[in-house]
Amino acid sequence: MNSELTKYSADPDVQIPVIEQEIKRGHSQSHWSMLWKRFSKNGAAISGLLFLSVIIILAVFAPVIAPYPLDQINFEERLLKPSATHLFGTDDFGRDIFTRILYGGRVSLMMGLISVTICVVLGVTLGVVAGYYRKLDMYIMQLMDILMSFPSLLLAIVVIAVLGVGLTNAMIAVAISQIPQFVRVVRSAVLTLREKEYIEAVRALGIRDYQILLKHVIPNILSPMIVMTALIFGDCILAASALSFLGLGAQPPDPEWGAMVMESRVFLNQAWWMSLFPGLVILLVVLSFNMLGDGLRDALDPKQK
Amino acid sequence: MCHLQKYVLKRFLSLFGTLFGVSVLVFLIVHMIPGDPARYIVGKNASEEAVKAMRAQLGLDQPLITQYFDYLGNLVRGDLGTSLFTGIPVWEEIVSRFPITFQLAVYGVVLGSAIGILLGVIAAVKQNTLLDRLVNTLSTISISAPDFWVILFVIWLFAYQFGWFPISGYDGFYSLVLPSLTIGLFSIGFIAKMTRSSMLDVIKQDYMRTAEAKGVATWARVFAHGLQNAVIPIITLIGLQFGGLLAGAVITETVFALPGIGYFAIEAVIKRDIPTVQGVVLFVALLYTVVNLVTDIVYSFFDPRVRYE
Repeated sequence: MNSELTKYSADPDVQIPVIEQEIKRGHSQSHWSMLWKRFSKNGAAISGLLFLSVIIILAVFAPVIAPYPLDQINFEERLLKPSATHLFGTDDFGRDIFTRILYGGRVSLMMGLISVTICVVLGVTLGVVAGYYRKLDMYIMQLMDILMSFPSLLLAIVVIAVLGVGLTNAMIAVAISQIPQFVRVVRSAVLTLREKEYIEAVRALGIRDYQILLKHVIPNILSPMIVMTALIFGDCILAASALSFLGLGAQPPDPEWGAMVMESRVFLNQAWWMSLFPGLVILLVVLSFNMLGDGLRDALDPKQK
Repeated sequence: MCHLQKYVLKRFLSLFGTLFGVSVLVFLIVHMIPGDPARYIVGKNASEEAVKAMRAQLGLDQPLITQYFDYLGNLVRGDLGTSLFTGIPVWEEIVSRFPITFQLAVYGVVLGSAIGILLGVIAAVKQNTLLDRLVNTLSTISISAPDFWVILFVIWLFAYQFGWFPISGYDGFYSLVLPSLTIGLFSIGFIAKMTRSSMLDVIKQDYMRTAEAKGVATWARVFAHGLQNAVIPIITLIGLQFGGLLAGAVITETVFALPGIGYFAIEAVIKRDIPTVQGVVLFVALLYTVVNLVTDIVYSFFDPRVRYE
């Protein structure tokens, strides 16, 4: 998500339908294979998935693949243009930018992954509780309204003001700033679900609430959850890199993509490649997550298309 | 009382509830910020007594609840507190900085909406053509691009390569051109996407076919009959973006070194200027919520069918 604008609640993508898989046993196999069939026809989504897989592999195997050691400083090779020896050029310390981007993937993707995980766990819990227990709904949604009275980047910055600057705190801040939209989607999915006859039926059977929630409610809101997670993943990576760019997240010399763009600011006129490549990688990764999310949504609900 | 009046009244009451919550949250958050502002002001080498005196002067030795009600009382009187560092009332600082942020938001949103709506309409009318795909791809890219990176690109191109505009700092309208351009660029993608999907819903309606059968010119059909009915979700989006921008385009203002609200907020957070953080954040939340409310009410002018419950 472009952190500058409050895109979340207005994003056309957020209208995610609940797909019911009422008959689960026996049919789930064909259900998922049908989904895959639909999904695999979507060229954009598949290329997003492929690109993400490549980036993840590159980041994981960075020590093997990288042509230079991570922090090898070489002042004789300062600010070199992209060439055969330095694919993406070198920075002001003579460090190989390609190498730093490979290692940076570990930091940036991990920041995205951890903030998404926090967001999903808290978002699903709060959303399910708000949707299922009408009495708690008001309190939870009031709190979400309060959180949503701040533009998301500002909210993240305020959280960092409390927790302090750094990688871990940036991840928490990003997660908190994205939670309201997740809670809203999950809640509205649960709201439609809880009125269904089969939920009423299991409730009439005297099954405990937590079992109903775990066995009947959560499995049936998986579709919107999966789509939302893919879309939020991109947003989290963007927000985390924006915080690092502002100097509130990852700190130099850590090779985080947003922090690399920040370091490049001073050399913008002399060495365009220093800003171009880390920013381009963020763009491509976020784009891939968005295409993946759109593809998943279309596959899960062909009617919407 | 008509529906609209009732609705506005209800929304205003809930607005106060939310703002009360926001004030409590901001107050608590700010008091959780580590570090003693009194110590910060008097300096590291000052004596314990000096710190104590400063704490008393700032009211920091009072119980939390007393501090909150003092704070709330001041708010009601329109007093947002005084900056710990400059000694200038926060409200005055906000008033002096707001015009820059406001101009940025207006120029940016106008630019983004004009181009975004136009692109979205074209994509919808030419659905499934190459043009449609191009608009769609560009919108998705614009949504996915990190804004700080786009800003650097714009600076590189227009300030360094062409030398048309200043790189940073505020010196009248001229220095707002590049920042407004970048803000416009960020919103084009979202507005184009929303316009396209909203127009597609409308284009398939019967009255559009009737208009076509009657021989209404294409452009009149698209803009007068189509866009007018597709405009509500677009207005919501524009309203939200405008509200967010009024809160200060933090990254844009920081990179261009524009003394607006967003830059002010970041500075205050870094300096741990508690009253300023409190004041700015509360102001921003108020503005943001009010703009959203106004957006909701504006619907009725565009679509009298909207009923407010």
